[in-house]
Amino acid sequence: MNTPMPGMGDTKMVIGLGHYLTVSAILLVLGIFGIFLNRKNVIVILMSIELILLAVNLNLVAFSAALADLAGQVMAMFVLTVAAAEAAIGLAIVVIYSRNRGSIEVEDVTMMKG
Amino acid sequence: MIAALAFYLFAAILIGSAVMVVTARNPVHSVLFLILGFFNAAALFLLAGAEFLAMILVIVYVGAVAVLFLFVVMMLDINFAQMREGFQRYAPVGATVGAMLLLELGIVLGGWKFAPDAANFRFAPRIAELENTAHLGQLLYTDYILLFQLSGLVLLVAMIGAIVLTLRDRGPSRRQIIARQIARKASETMVMVDAPIGTGVGAADYLHPIPEAAEKPDTHEHAHAGHGGH
Repeated sequence: MNTPMPGMGDTKMVIGLGHYLTVSAILLVLGIFGIFLNRKNVIVILMSIELILLAVNLNLVAFSAALADLAGQVMAMFVLTVAAAEAAIGLAIVVIYSRNRGSIEVEDVTMMKG
Repeated sequence: MIAALAFYLFAAILIGSAVMVVTARNPVHSVLFLILGFFNAAALFLLAGAEFLAMILVIVYVGAVAVLFLFVVMMLDINFAQMREGFQRYAPVGATVGAMLLLELGIVLGGWKFAPDAANFRFAPRIAELENTAHLGQLLYTDYILLFQLSGLVLLVAMIGAIVLTLRDRGPSRRQIIARQIARKASETMVMVDAPIGTGVGAADYLHPIPEAAEKPDTHEHAHAGHGGH
């Protein structure tokens, strides 16, 4: 970080890569905390996964800006695509699961145990 | 200076709304805080210079994904108060894991720096005279065309998968059976009646429906009698 890197606007700018990485780390930890905390509600777990993917995107964009390399933003777009697909499939599974069982608690998901 | 203040504001709201997403009592509030968080993340993207991605985030996440979440949360008839039961039980474990992870990330972040020649290993160095969107488009349709098409395929599979998963047969629905519809003959469905002058069709012995179909009215046949006969 102490090497003079192009990007992030001016060289005199206060906000650097470290700030973005900190925000994204906190976001990731919050997402993982949410997965642990909401063991009963699958929808909130899916939202926590969205938070984690958002943290990943923030990381990619911050590095892309710090290195003046656009490949990171392209990758962030693909992450966005996969996150949208994941949300659609996940919510479809939640809908049919609650239709079959009348609950969306994670602990009830033992049908596949055999 | 303004940019720094804006960054701190957006970052604070983003993290605050993320906390609320995780801890809110009502899942609807969780989704609404998720939307707020996405807006602030889009603002952070804007500050980092990723304008196109910021707009995509607003359109895709707020416009599609978050609204999908909202639909599903409101559609499911679930007792959400009951969902809160294990909250205190799981909080210590989650807090421990989260604190450990944050500590590790902090250690990594503290001792990390770019390699001296990191600038030489860039995939797609930014071109100063191109705008963000234009440059992104040029990259996406040339160097990353395969990945672009693959992500389209991922979306297609997700769409088909979601439809297949949630589609269900709704019992006695009046579905169109095209083969039966085409196989009908005019002689089975139509009678020519000679209407006497001055009395009209009602005077003749003309029955509704036609005697042949009246024996046992099939729902499918019945529903499309009007379309198939002519």
